[in-house]
Formats: sequence, structure tokens, C-alpha cells
Amino acid sequence: MERTLPPAAASRAELVERARAVRRHIITATRDGKSGHPGTSLSCTDILVALYFAHLRHDPRRPDWPERDRFVLSKGHGAPALYGVLAEAGYLDPAELSTLRKVNSRLQGHVDMHKVPGIEASTGSLGHGLAIAHGMALSLRLDHNPGRVYALLGDGECQEGEVWEAAMAAAHYKTGNLTAIIDRNGLQIDGPTEEVMALGDVGDKFRAFGWRVLTVDGHDFDQILGALKEAASNPLVAPPTCIVAKTVKGKGVSFMENVVKWHGTAPSPEEAEVALKELS
Amino acid sequence: MGAPVINTKDKIATRTAYGETLVELGAEFPDLVVLDADLSCSTMTNGFAKAYPERFFNLGIAEQNLVDTACGFALAGKVPFASSFAMFATGKAWEMVRNSVGHMNLNVKIAATHAGLTLGEDGATHQILEDIAITRVIPCMTVLVPADAPETKAMIRAAAEHVGPVYVRLGRPAVPMLPREGEVDFRIGRGEWLRRGTDVTIVACGVMVYQALLAADELAADGISAAVLNMGSVKPIDREALLEAARTTGALVTAEEHNVIGGLGGAVCEAIADECPVPVVRVGTQDTYGESGTADALLQKYGLLGSDLARAARTALSKKH
Repeated sequence: MERTLPPAAASRAELVERARAVRRHIITATRDGKSGHPGTSLSCTDILVALYFAHLRHDPRRPDWPERDRFVLSKGHGAPALYGVLAEAGYLDPAELSTLRKVNSRLQGHVDMHKVPGIEASTGSLGHGLAIAHGMALSLRLDHNPGRVYALLGDGECQEGEVWEAAMAAAHYKTGNLTAIIDRNGLQIDGPTEEVMALGDVGDKFRAFGWRVLTVDGHDFDQILGALKEAASNPLVAPPTCIVAKTVKGKGVSFMENVVKWHGTAPSPEEAEVALKELS
Repeated sequence: MGAPVINTKDKIATRTAYGETLVELGAEFPDLVVLDADLSCSTMTNGFAKAYPERFFNLGIAEQNLVDTACGFALAGKVPFASSFAMFATGKAWEMVRNSVGHMNLNVKIAATHAGLTLGEDGATHQILEDIAITRVIPCMTVLVPADAPETKAMIRAAAEHVGPVYVRLGRPAVPMLPREGEVDFRIGRGEWLRRGTDVTIVACGVMVYQALLAADELAADGISAAVLNMGSVKPIDREALLEAARTTGALVTAEEHNVIGGLGGAVCEAIADECPVPVVRVGTQDTYGESGTADALLQKYGLLGSDLARAARTALSKKH
């Protein structure tokens, strides 16, 4: 099965530049929308940039290309990061990002597949994305379609029972073309995950469910891409891959890093100015 | 009109007809896949599993995952039928039905069995009496309730051909075939006149259609002309037929093995309220839970027999202007 159209291998410097641009989009969009989730978006930015600029087989000119890889943003509140990446990739006009969360905008608070091209599934309510991605992966495998499916979950999201229903099923069906990526930033709305509802070693949990688990620094492109490459070489009938990406919530903006309040609080114009200076 | 006789000898459960239809459709629809949650021997998807094992997925006792996995199949271009007991497919997984199937307007068919009181002996925790209410309130959702085996076959085919979310409410017990002049001519959004009348119309769905025909016979013996309208398409509902019923007979009875709140009775009232409000007596469970017992004993205890419908029809008549 040939996996055609890999993205032009972006250099590490290009990826760093894209990530900086996406982080700036996240700050300006949440500032302009006066609402949104900057902390959670900054935490997964490098993962999304690695996926869209150096790994996923996708084509912004043909968002419905049948053999594309699929990406499901299970943590749908990471919408500003995905919008930023889609804007950088050519699915969206970057000028539209300032309409985030405003009435009549295509850029809903949580991603809506019917409004923005390139979004594979509408998400927002936590816990759905892995099961949806698994259904896609089973379907693609049934059709001998070379597309692979990637789902990004928040670590707090892994407190949802449905995540483990899906984890059990994907291991049972040995859905090798499915990869889950856990954005392990250690924070959720009410505080540190280990204080709110301890997840412990989330990788161990997936391993116990029968997954192949890889752990990476979620801000190191070499590590992220190495794990994605390994996931993509998984046989179609094999334990699915879980990549636990250790991340920093609010990464890239000093006053947002590891601070719970920035999970879902938009920066004021003054705060945004400081953040943009750091990201310049 | 000389009413055709009801055949009570050859009873077939709607879930059985569902299972048979899936096997038929499997050959016609190469993109049809079936998902179940450890109840394939009861939902009767096991026939499809045997005929098309590569297109059947048992997800174990995990109904939320069942529904979202079906969504993934639909997003990749398949026509998934997801089955479990109605209690779990619509109740336990309601948020998946709403946020994934409904909000994404996906081509997912939830065909769930053992709905209503007639599930019988398993009792209240399994007897969903709220599923019509909680599915029809979801935008984009089509809600179908077949009354017998032939109508089930037609509905399952219609569901497969329809592009978009469909909930089909199926039952456990074997039920008689309804008397018809010819073949079932089911279309989504259209009711079926099983009997014409002039004094009152009984609008029913599912197992209650048969009881409605028994009621019409009982009323006829007393000189009351009762029409029977089978409203298997609860959403979209056949508003035109309901307005015709309201205008020509001036009083309605609704009949369902479901809570009188939010089900067919509610849908009928909503449909006629603005243009032709007439007395409507709603027969169903009276905002209560079910209990263990045989299907027949439960229909009797909860006032869902033909004689109960006949009494309701007389009440409706008495309220006519």
C-alpha cells in the first residue's frame, strides 16, 4: 500500500517558525474574540505543527481527498491552535482568525467540521474523539485505504470513561492505523490533574489496555516526528499506538506557562502585547 | 370500507424483521456496516454478522463507544447501523447521539430493540419509555417506530436509503401483521391510514397500532366510526394527515407504549395546535416507570389495550364541540 504525497519535509527551523506563527495566532485570536482557551492551545501547538507540516498526508486544495490521513482534535477546546495551523497550512485566511467565537463566525468555540474545511470531526464535548477516530480507522482499513488516523486527547480528557471504551476496542481490533496522542500538560480546569483526579502514568494505562506506547517531549520536533514516523510504520493489524507527549500548558508565553487560569481565559490587549513580544 | 382481517397467527417481532432486512440490504449496500454492543443475539444483528463478518463489529458492553465508532464509520463514507437495547443506545449514549450523530448530521442509523413496556420481564431499568422524546428533540434526527414486520422491512430500507441520522425503535415481542390492502408503502414523513372513520381518529405507533385496530372494532360495534392512522414516522411527522384527521373527525386519541410526555402524543399535539386544535386524549404510560411482567400483562396493567383506547376515544368524543 503506497503512502503517496508526504508533505515536503519541513526543516526544523521552518517548524519552529510555523509554531511561533501559530502561537501568535492563538494569542491574537483569543484576544480579539475575548474568549477561548490559550493555555490548552499553546500546549498542543508543536504537536499540531509537526503533524500538519511534516507528517500528515493532506492537501489543502483537496480537503476531501479520500486517501488523506485524518486528524481528530478530540480536545475540541484546542480550537485556536487548530485554526492557527489550518490558517498557516492554507485552509483558512489568517485574517479570519480574529472572528473567533463571534456570532456568524465559522470559527466556533469548539471546532465544527461543517464550517471550516480541513476539520474531520466536530468536537468539544470531551471523550468522543478517540472512538470517532477508531471508527474512521476501521473503515479505512476495511477499504484498503492507506489513510491513517490520529486523535489528539487532553490528559484531563482521559478521565472520561468513553476514552477507555475506545481504547479497549482499538486494542481488541488491533487497529494499527490508529494513533492517539495525549497532550500531557498535567493541568485541567480545576487544577493539576493529579489533584483533581489522578491519572498516574497515563502511558501505563494505555499499555495495560494493549496499546504500544511511546513517550516524547511534546515540544521537541525531532522526538514528536520520530514517534509519528514509528506510528505510521505500524502494520494495519497491530496494537494501536499511543504517543504520550509531555507538554507545558501555556508553552511559549512566560506568564501563561503552567498557570491553570490560562486554560480558558483570553488575554487582555495589554497581556496579549506582552505575549506577542515574547513570541516575536 | 370492509376492513381486512388481522392475521394473528403469523406473529413476527420487529427486531426479527430488522435482522432479516439487514442481511438483505448487506448484498445491495456494500458500504453498509453493522455495529452491536454484546446484544447481537437479541437485537438480531447476528444474522448479518454471520453473512458479512468483515462488516460486523461487536464493541462489547460500551454503548457510548458504539455510537461514536459508528460516527467514525459514517465520516469515512460507510452506512453504519448501530444496535443495542433502546435504553442504552439512546439513553446511555444520548450525548453521543446528540453531539456526534445529530450535530454532525451523520449518516448513522441507530436501530435499537427492546423498547417500551413490552420488553417485559427484565423490568423498569430496561424498559425505556422516554426514547421517542429524547431522540425526536434532536435536530436533524428522523424517528421511526414500526408496527409490524412488513413495516419494519420498509422502514429499515428507507433508513438505509435516507442520507442522515435515523433512530428506529424496535420491539422484543412477536407482533401480528397489520391488515393491508396491498404492500406496505412506507415513506419517511408519511402516516398510513389503516382505517377511515368519521367520529374520532386513533393515531398510534408501534405495538399500539394493533391495539388501535381492536379499539376501532369495539367502537364500530357501538356505532362509533373510528379512523386508525399509523404514525410510524414520528419525526418528521405527517402533519397533513393529522390535520386531515383533526378536521374530518374532530377528536383524536394518541397511543404509544411510551411516556405520554414528549412522545407521539406530544408530537401530534404540536402538529395540530396552531391550525386545528381539537381534543386529544393521549394514551401511554402516565409519567411512570415500568416493571417486570409479560408483555400482555403489562399492556393490561398500564392501560394500553384496545379496550382502554376505546374508552379514551369515547372521552375524546365527549369533549368535541
